[in-house]
Amino acid sequence: MVVARSDATRERWKLEPLQLLMSSVYGLGIDRRRQPPRLFAGATSEHFGPSLFHSDDLGRTWSEPEAAPVAFPEGSGTSLVRVWQIQPGPDVEPDLVYAGVEPHALFRSRDGGISFELVEGLYNHPHRPRWEPGGGGACLHTIVPHPSDPDRLLVALSAGGVYRTSDGGETWAPANRGIQSYWMPEEQRFPEFGQCVHKVSSHPSRPERLLAQNHFGVYRSDDYGDSWEAVEEGLPANFGFPVLVDPEDADTVYLFPLVADSERLPPERRCRVYRSRDGGGTWEPTTRGLPQSGYHSIVLRDALCTDYADRAGIYFGTRGGEVYQSLDQGDSWQQVASHLPDVLSVRAAVVG
Amino acid sequence: MSAELHLPASLRASTPGPSVVELEAETVGGALDQLRLSWPQLERRIRDEQGRLRRHLRLYLGELDVADLQGLATSLPEGSRLYVIPQVSGG
Repeated sequence: MVVARSDATRERWKLEPLQLLMSSVYGLGIDRRRQPPRLFAGATSEHFGPSLFHSDDLGRTWSEPEAAPVAFPEGSGTSLVRVWQIQPGPDVEPDLVYAGVEPHALFRSRDGGISFELVEGLYNHPHRPRWEPGGGGACLHTIVPHPSDPDRLLVALSAGGVYRTSDGGETWAPANRGIQSYWMPEEQRFPEFGQCVHKVSSHPSRPERLLAQNHFGVYRSDDYGDSWEAVEEGLPANFGFPVLVDPEDADTVYLFPLVADSERLPPERRCRVYRSRDGGGTWEPTTRGLPQSGYHSIVLRDALCTDYADRAGIYFGTRGGEVYQSLDQGDSWQQVASHLPDVLSVRAAVVG
Repeated sequence: MSAELHLPASLRASTPGPSVVELEAETVGGALDQLRLSWPQLERRIRDEQGRLRRHLRLYLGELDVADLQGLATSLPEGSRLYVIPQVSGG
């Protein structure tokens, strides 16, 4: 994990020494509701297991509570493998923070993300034994809180699909209508659940608008997941991991397409972020400032993000250890960092 | 029985704590229970929340892997030395 800082221009970045060595950091999070924002890092050591660290001094020091911050109940027989996602709750509940983990489960904190409890309603869902692990593991990797209603929440898991609650997590229902499981027999391609969703992104002030990148398939919902429609016109491929809705314009969306699951590389070996200006109706490549030949790296599901600032910055990191930034909605990109370890997750915020 | 639990340097690199902990326990699992009382952050690096030894760690009682004895139920003779050994398989 590495912290990079810039002044208000966001044009020149200074990288600090690598932290949380010998661990893979899949789940970075920033809780902007606090001043200063609280940072989170879900880190897993192959030897010493997973944990969740937090920082209240913008990444200068990291700590964790004495008791395990995220752990399955004793006697459940289930052990935490990895924290994949940290997601602050809506503004109306400033101490509510969610964690999505492997194996498939959602945790909730009511103390700002220091200690978490299992959301039993999802853990005990009758579909759970039938959820399959994706290639990365049996992970709940996406949490989309409703910005004004803390009882409503949407999660996405591989490979179970999208699920929603409207009663604060007591009961959950799948929300995959219109999303295809291409690998199933033809008459079973639109199952109730089991889709391999890779990421869902929402717009902060238009919660009904969602974009999803699936394991083959890019989809849009305009009703918070009641139904989905494919939006792939103009894409070179419909496989990939990340998706991001621009915080300033719900019709502007970013993707990083890959050829296929059997060829997880960018089409034509060019580093291109695809952008839509019409909610996925049409797509165009953005290339300025990005390598346009011999490019063999990829962007993982949590490595594309925004800082949610005025004149929002868009950021992505690659498995080749680069981080790029755009301050003009993808018209041009600048390299923030290179030669890092493989980038699993990127988060950014403007503070002060 | 009194025992010494020796912790690897690679653990202390990420979690502050001593290199050797003196414990009173009858079994290997009991020793880790004792560790949990005094050093909870260290104990949960060694066992998960269900009390299982982490996958890429080994516990040695002297020169013997407790997995080849009775696991966490292995009795501790007076003056035992227990070693937490990170396996190469974990990187």
